[in-house]
Amino acid sequence: MKQEFKQSILDALANPNLSGALGNFSVAYRAGRAKAYEGIDFEALRHEIAAVKSSAASHFDELADQFAKAAEARGTKVFRTDDPQAVKDYILDLAQKNGVKSIVKSKSMATEEIHLNKYLQKAGIDVQETDLGEWIIQLANQTPSHMVMPAIHMTKEEVADLFSNKVEEGQKPDIPKLVKFARGKLRPMFLNADMGISGANIAVAETGTIVIVTNEGNARLVTTLPRIHVAVVGLEKLIENFKDVAPILTALPKSGTAQLLTSYVTMISGPAPNTDGTPKELHIILMDNRRNEMAHDPRFKQALQCIRCASCLNVCPVFRLIGGHVFGKVYTGGIGTILTAWFGALKESEDIQSLCIQCGNCRDVCPGMIDIPDLILELRRRLAVEQGQPLLQKAIFSVVNNRRMFHTMMRAAYIGQKPFAKDGFIRHLPMFLSNMTENRSLPAIAEVPFRDRIKQIKQPKCTEKAAFYGGCLIDFAYPEMGESVVRVLNKAGIEVIFPEGQTCCGAPARYSGAYEVAAQNGADNIKALLAEDVKYVVSACPTCTVGLKQDFIANLEAVGRTSELPAAHLLADKVIDFSTLASQLVEQGRLKFKPGMEGTKFTYHDSCHFKHTLRAEQNPRKLMKDAGYELVEMEESSMCCGMGGSYTLKMPEISAPILERKLVNIEKAGAPLLLIDCPGCVMQIRGGLDKRGSNIKVEHTVQRIAECLE
Amino acid sequence: MNHRVDRRTARVVYRYEDLMSTTLESSAIFESFKMRAEAVSAQVERVATKEQAIDLIVRLLLKEGVEDKPHCGAVWAACPMIGKAEAQKLEAVVPGLTFAVTRDLAADAKVGISQVEWALANTGTLVQSADEVDKRLVSTLPLLHIAVVSTAGLLPDLPAVLSRVDPRKSSYIAFITGPSRTADIERVLTIGVHGPERLIIVMVDDLEVAA
Repeated sequence: MKQEFKQSILDALANPNLSGALGNFSVAYRAGRAKAYEGIDFEALRHEIAAVKSSAASHFDELADQFAKAAEARGTKVFRTDDPQAVKDYILDLAQKNGVKSIVKSKSMATEEIHLNKYLQKAGIDVQETDLGEWIIQLANQTPSHMVMPAIHMTKEEVADLFSNKVEEGQKPDIPKLVKFARGKLRPMFLNADMGISGANIAVAETGTIVIVTNEGNARLVTTLPRIHVAVVGLEKLIENFKDVAPILTALPKSGTAQLLTSYVTMISGPAPNTDGTPKELHIILMDNRRNEMAHDPRFKQALQCIRCASCLNVCPVFRLIGGHVFGKVYTGGIGTILTAWFGALKESEDIQSLCIQCGNCRDVCPGMIDIPDLILELRRRLAVEQGQPLLQKAIFSVVNNRRMFHTMMRAAYIGQKPFAKDGFIRHLPMFLSNMTENRSLPAIAEVPFRDRIKQIKQPKCTEKAAFYGGCLIDFAYPEMGESVVRVLNKAGIEVIFPEGQTCCGAPARYSGAYEVAAQNGADNIKALLAEDVKYVVSACPTCTVGLKQDFIANLEAVGRTSELPAAHLLADKVIDFSTLASQLVEQGRLKFKPGMEGTKFTYHDSCHFKHTLRAEQNPRKLMKDAGYELVEMEESSMCCGMGGSYTLKMPEISAPILERKLVNIEKAGAPLLLIDCPGCVMQIRGGLDKRGSNIKVEHTVQRIAECLE
Repeated sequence: MNHRVDRRTARVVYRYEDLMSTTLESSAIFESFKMRAEAVSAQVERVATKEQAIDLIVRLLLKEGVEDKPHCGAVWAACPMIGKAEAQKLEAVVPGLTFAVTRDLAADAKVGISQVEWALANTGTLVQSADEVDKRLVSTLPLLHIAVVSTAGLLPDLPAVLSRVDPRKSSYIAFITGPSRTADIERVLTIGVHGPERLIIVMVDDLEVAA
């Protein structure tokens, strides 16, 4: 990781205005978005959008032809190019031919992508951004910190100073007055401009229509007052039919700014008259810049379903701490990472892709149904393929995959912490070995791992059998969780075996982009776990469960080991997480709770993989309710705890404040007990609470269930 | 009546066909529209007749201090509800009001008036085919925009209006939902940026849909 990148993260974290504004916004946004979508079937809506956009991405060339034909028939001039430079040349040439001295712009990401303003300014043309936020950052000579709210990082005091310094002395930090001031200053620019440049949110092939969504009214002025209007439109804005505008226009304002609809939506299908009665000179530039290439990439095609609402930024636990500047110049946040890799270069995403903690919040809210975390992993994989795997990482994986050696080393590291930690090797082990983080205590590494402890447990002979998949944390740090699993399942008449051949679930390798290693992990586990005929393969770690259920298949597919897929599917069908299995067993009457726990209060933290991937978050809640416990929901229960596997080691500066916020929310809930379904979150949060001297007890759900059964 | 109001969300739940078939039901769709439009800071007035609408607008213009002085004018874009004779009469009644809209007059005017075709109940939105530049000038440049719309132009939602407007015939279709707004400084909602600061919607029962 480049030093300047780390520094940009530290700078962002040290900016209280930025994290304050984004943090407050993330809370307001969540409530506002929920209200905006009230009464709307979001899943159905986003399926519709994804279908419309995906179908369009399969036919960009035809749609562009159709669009051009429809628009040209009305007198619009359509220019198509895959070259960003050609876009700039076209606009400059047009401006020079028409004696254009000044241009007003309404917000357009596509023109930012190609750095159009600078190019035109160099040629001596005055270019004014007119969206208030864009105007502010243009005056400040900065880049947008958020795709929808470009100046969210600035306070009113900073804006007032900026206006005073750059426009007119004496501006006060009074927001309505600052807005009025901007209106007053920009109005003559609108009236005097020779050319207006806009983007478009949607382009309809059927009718040659562009749709522009705004709130401030600037796009209406930009498209009405100057005699020439140029719209720069990325190919991904194309859709086939006019009626399909509806789902996109329904979702965009709700997901973007929690509005039912923006103040203005403008649909332009041809040159409307100018104010002097002459027809507008209307130019629409359809810009490719690798979008077609993206459409032909089987993995990344779905990124073209983006409607640029920026909701992936608004729900991201990392973005709300660091904002957009860390991401680069144009596209920010989760989707921005992907777009930067494509519209810029893969290499440009090298640092920013590492910001993703893989929590999956964005996947749940994306109106284009883009699996952003998955695509970021794919970037990571391609970067790893391109650059090769670092030697140190290779060495680490060889240790991790050898379970006995891994345990021995960790135990040694735990006992002798400092000498081992110093050599830098231990610090890079996936998860929990560093004693260098200041914000949480680390767990003890068990002397006897669970794989040996289970041999000492006397189990009843049962006809039903389950294989337990431990994962590193339960096997080595929290064997008591494994013992609880055995106790509970025994009570339901299920015998638990621990296949010795099981190894790392492959998550550390997968999340580092080392897919060959991850695929081998999967293959070893499949062999071990299918060796004996069992009804269930149970895991109490959601990351492992996702590995066993989904990632083994994906990893094998990624490296082309297709002959092993049937076995991977066979395993996937047997895999179940503990709480889901336990709730089924309670339902079947095979597990019964002791009376007397009525009214015991607890709060619950949703682990990322458990909620966003397995979608099992209701099961532990229901189990505990059946056991008589009373749930006190905490604020942001489904927000990541900052653990994210090795993220906590790679990005400790970001992980720590995420944890901090989680701890505050846990304490605010006021319950004496916190239950979690993930041993990684238990480690992170228990360590954090311990450091704060909190008395809140942190347990894996399985531990509490084991205590509650008859 | 075939609608209900969800008490919790104050959302009117109705069947479109039922709402549009009788006067009684069309008032339910109106209530929904009014609630949504007011939620985005528009002011909504409803009158029975065209005459009442004109009367109301004249009173509004006088109240806003429209007069024949710089920065005090009003511009009214040509619309089907006002004939030539009527326009001349109104210009005489309200000095400073003109139907001969120009770019300069609109830029200087205090109030702009136009008739729009459709109103969307579930978002409080007005929809207008605005190829005629006057329509755009009067609704973008002055601080106050008064929009006249027929009650019969009420539609439930976006899909309903998309099947009625025709981009093949209209080069410039404008959707207006409340006055212009921004939250670009510290996320504080501020009404009135580059477009109008206020929007008054006058809904008229006996008016034909302008489309």
